[in-house]
This record gives sequence, structure tokens and C-alpha cells, in this order.
Amino acid sequence: MEQARKQELAEIARKIRVGIIEGVYHAGCGHPGGSLGIADLMACLYFEEMKIDPSQPKMEGRDRFVLSKGHTAPALYATLANRGFFPVEELNTLRHTGSRLQGHPDMKHIPGVDMSTGSLGQGISAACGMALAAKISGAAYRTYAVLGDGESEEGQVWEAAMFAAHYKLDNLCAVLDWNGLQIDGPITEVMNPTPHDEKFRAFGWHVISIDGNDFDAIEAAFREARTVKGKPTVIIARTVKGKGVSYMENAVEWHGAAPKEEQYKVALRDLGEEA
Amino acid sequence: MDKIATREAYGKALAEFGEQYDFVVLDADLAAATKTGIFKKKFPERFFDCGIAEANMTSVAAGLAAAGQVPFISSFAMFSAGRAFEQVRNSICYPHLNVKVVGTHAGITVGEDGATHQCDEDLALMRSLPGMVVINPSDAFETRAAVLAAIQYNGPMYLRFSRYATPNLTAEMPEYRFEIGRGVVMGEGSDVTIVACGYMVHLALEAREMLAAEGISARVINMHTVKPLDTELLIKAAEETGCVVTAEEHSVNGGLGEAVAGVLSEIHPVPVLRVGVEDRFGQSGKVPELLEIYGLTAAKIAERARAAIALKKK
Repeated sequence: MEQARKQELAEIARKIRVGIIEGVYHAGCGHPGGSLGIADLMACLYFEEMKIDPSQPKMEGRDRFVLSKGHTAPALYATLANRGFFPVEELNTLRHTGSRLQGHPDMKHIPGVDMSTGSLGQGISAACGMALAAKISGAAYRTYAVLGDGESEEGQVWEAAMFAAHYKLDNLCAVLDWNGLQIDGPITEVMNPTPHDEKFRAFGWHVISIDGNDFDAIEAAFREARTVKGKPTVIIARTVKGKGVSYMENAVEWHGAAPKEEQYKVALRDLGEEA
Repeated sequence: MDKIATREAYGKALAEFGEQYDFVVLDADLAAATKTGIFKKKFPERFFDCGIAEANMTSVAAGLAAAGQVPFISSFAMFSAGRAFEQVRNSICYPHLNVKVVGTHAGITVGEDGATHQCDEDLALMRSLPGMVVINPSDAFETRAAVLAAIQYNGPMYLRFSRYATPNLTAEMPEYRFEIGRGVVMGEGSDVTIVACGYMVHLALEAREMLAAEGISARVINMHTVKPLDTELLIKAAEETGCVVTAEEHSVNGGLGEAVAGVLSEIHPVPVLRVGVEDRFGQSGKVPELLEIYGLTAAKIAERARAAIALKKK
């Protein structure tokens, strides 16, 4: 990737992170850790990889995206807002009564949200359905899904893994956000779902392991996924939970907590914003 | 009169309407039993076996619907409505997606397989979901009409079918017309109204004859749509007959009986007595014997009708 483009993406990812912090701070709750961790992936998906048009959120031939780890909705909303699906200012209404920015993604009301998610394990199955629909109708769109490493403890994820390989859904690209932490602690201590690469390979998937906070690696992985035929691809993306906010990085307590006013100011400063 | 199981009519209807309408059918390794195999044979490219993985099948269907396909997903009621309840709720009903969830082998007429496979709770589960339409046809002819209505309806729907054959009563009714949310008066009457659905409708008509022999005039409503309930027809019946008996091959908790009682207690309170499975699990056995044991008989309906009339006179 060209240096200039990489800088542009870095700036977009920074804005997404600012949007996450604004949203969660004004909500007084939410899930900043995992959201910050996937900001670079989301920037690549919506500003580089996916065929979408913010002026036509329901465009028939658009690429589909499913946030299977729906609790990181702040990252999806901040990405959609910065991409032009709705005003960035609206991010401050996250989780407020009457806001369309529900705590978890709601496809009925939020422009750009292709599937309602939040209950873990279901989004990846729905993404399989979208990919299968393209196979049935002969549509050329691709379907992307981001799921959590902790989420992979849900049995339904492996039902979906079986299904996607069985129906040769090579138009499906899943990204497993591997930040190593879940609510109760490190995933290897709570309920070890590793090794993900060997498991997905055994299920018949093409597996790519990358640093999920490295734009070159992310872009190369999506490019490689597009060339794979006859099987789905999973990108196992190592990310830093809380990435970009000093005190949230790799800190499990920021999985689902909002910063207080002083912490909010520190977070914005960490992200290069003038508070 | 010929007897056909509604699951059989379901499979045949899918195969019949598959020629004219564009929909897909998913099953979870039960195509031979749910009868979607009839569709699979005719339209193999529109049939997708999901294996024994109902949760995934349900959310896959949501994704298909979100991308414009019209999926029917089939399994035994225990699994499509029971095991995958949360997927039906969050993947399908919350975004109000156009998926038809089908539960065959509902109720205790599953017979020998026993309690683990006899779902007496699916109406309660599906009825509790916002925006869900719940339909339990009484016979083969009505099933065919319900499947066509499901294809033409845009939104989530639960269809409940039986393993066990029932007489094809509605096929004999020249005026019969199926409409979602409209009950069918199967027989007029003035002393009591029997509101039944699914397998119990023909037993309600038998009970009506038993009562007629005693000089009691019973109206029978076939409430094939459990949700949205035909409140207009129900209230009219309550006003004109003064008491109601409900009959369902389902738990008395949360199904047709409570739906009817709920509406009437709020709008036109009259005695409502429920016939159904009384808060207990099923068991293995021959279907006629199980129906006796669990009180799902014409005699039981007639007995409750007499009791309802007695309450009315107090």
C-alpha cells in the first residue's frame, strides 16, 4: 500500500476511534475496548475493500457486512458516520432513548447496517445466508463478517463454519478479531477456544493470520481472500483491545465500561484531539 | 373422508407452489419426516440441507431473507421453535425478516418418540414474539392454503404441522376461504363456542355432535391463526353464546386458550375453559392412547362445554 494512502487510512481510523470514545462517553456505557481494537479493520473494509455507496445504503449489488460481535457497535457506527451514511454528530446519541443508534446494530433503522446482531454466534450464520443468497441469485457481491475470539466459544459459530465450507462460500470473508480478552478475563483462561487457525482449517476454510492493526497486512489479506475459490476465508486478526487509548490497551476492564470525564479527556488527547 | 397429515400436505404444497413462486427451503436433516423431501426431489437447486444444526439454519435463513430470498426453514417444532427460539427471536423477528419458520411433529401426536420430541410449548414461544404470525392449520386442504398465504405474506411467520393424519374437513366446505387472522366457523351454535386449532378442530366437531344429541347447541370456530387472533369473531361468539371452550394440542399454558382468555377477559368477560395438555410432559405410546391419557378428546371437550354452560348460568 502506498504511504500516502496508509496515512489517509490511519487518519480515518483515528476519526473512527474518536467517534467510538464520543459515543461511549455520551452514552455513559457501551463497549470501547473491542471497538477501538477493530477500528483499523473497519477503516480498511469501508474505505478500501467493500463496494458500497453511502447515498444508496440498500443498493442491490453492494457488498454486505455483518458485525457478528454486535457489542462493538460503536466501531460500526463511527465507521458508517465517517463514511457518510449519517452525520458524525449523531454518534453522541448512541444508546440514548429514541436514538436509532441502538446498543447493538439494528438493520431496521440505521443506514448501512445490513444485519441486526448482538446475540453472539448468530451474525456469522446470517453472513453465510447472505453469501448463499448471492450464490443462488448469481450476484457478484461479497459478504464480510467480523466476529470475536470470545464469540467463537459459541457452538453456533462452528455450525456456521461447517455450513460455509459445505456450500463452498468463497464469497464469504470472516475476520476473527483476536484480542485475547473477554469479559471474565483472557480467553485462554475463561474457556480456551484456540487454536483458531487449525480449527478453521480443519473445518475446510482458507486461513490467513495477520496483525489486525497493520494496514498493509489487512489490505493484503482481503486481496488474498478475493482470490480463494471453492472455500470461505477467515482472517485471524491479532488486535490490541483498546488500541489508541493508553489506559484501555489490553485492559479487560474496558471491555464494557465508559470513561469518566477526566478519562474521556485523556482518551481524546491520546487520539490526537484537542479536548 | 380421507385422512392426511398436515406435514404431508406441507411438503406437497411446497412442491406445487415452487413452480410458480420463487422461494427456497431449508431443513435440518429431517427432510424425510418434515416432507420437505418432496420439494427437494423436484427443486434440488432450491433446497439446502443444513445438517443437524438448527440454530445455524435459523440465522442463515435471516441472512437469506435480508438478501431478498424467501426461505422456509423446517424441523420438528421442538427444534425449530424450541431449540432455535433465540435465533428466531433475534435473527428473524427483531429485524422482522421474511422467513417462514415451520414446526412439524408438534404436540403429543408425535406418539412413540416420547416427551423429548413432543413439543407442547411452541405456540406459547412463537406467540410471544413481536410481529410473529402463528398459524396452526387443521387439515391438509387448509395447510395448502396456509402455505400459499405464507408465500404471499411478507414477514416472519410460524407454521405448525402434525405428524398424525387428520380428516380433510375444510376441503368439504364449499364456502371455505383461508385468510391470515380470520377464524372459520365450522358449525353454528348458540349455547357455547368451541374455539379450536390444528389437530383439535375435528374433535371439536365431534364434540359438537355429542352435545347436539343432548340438545346443546355448540358453535365451533377453527382458529387456524393463533396470532393475530380474530378478536372480532371471538367477541361476537362470546356475546352470542355466553361461554367458550378452547381446544389445542398444546400446553394449556401460553397457547390458544390463554390467547382467547386474554382477549375475552379484557373486552367481553365470559367463562373460558381450556382443553389442552395440563402442565406436564408427554410420553411414548400409541397416539389414540396418548390422546385419552392427556384428555385431548371429543368427550373431554364436550365435558368442558357442559361445565362452561353451567358456569354461565350462575
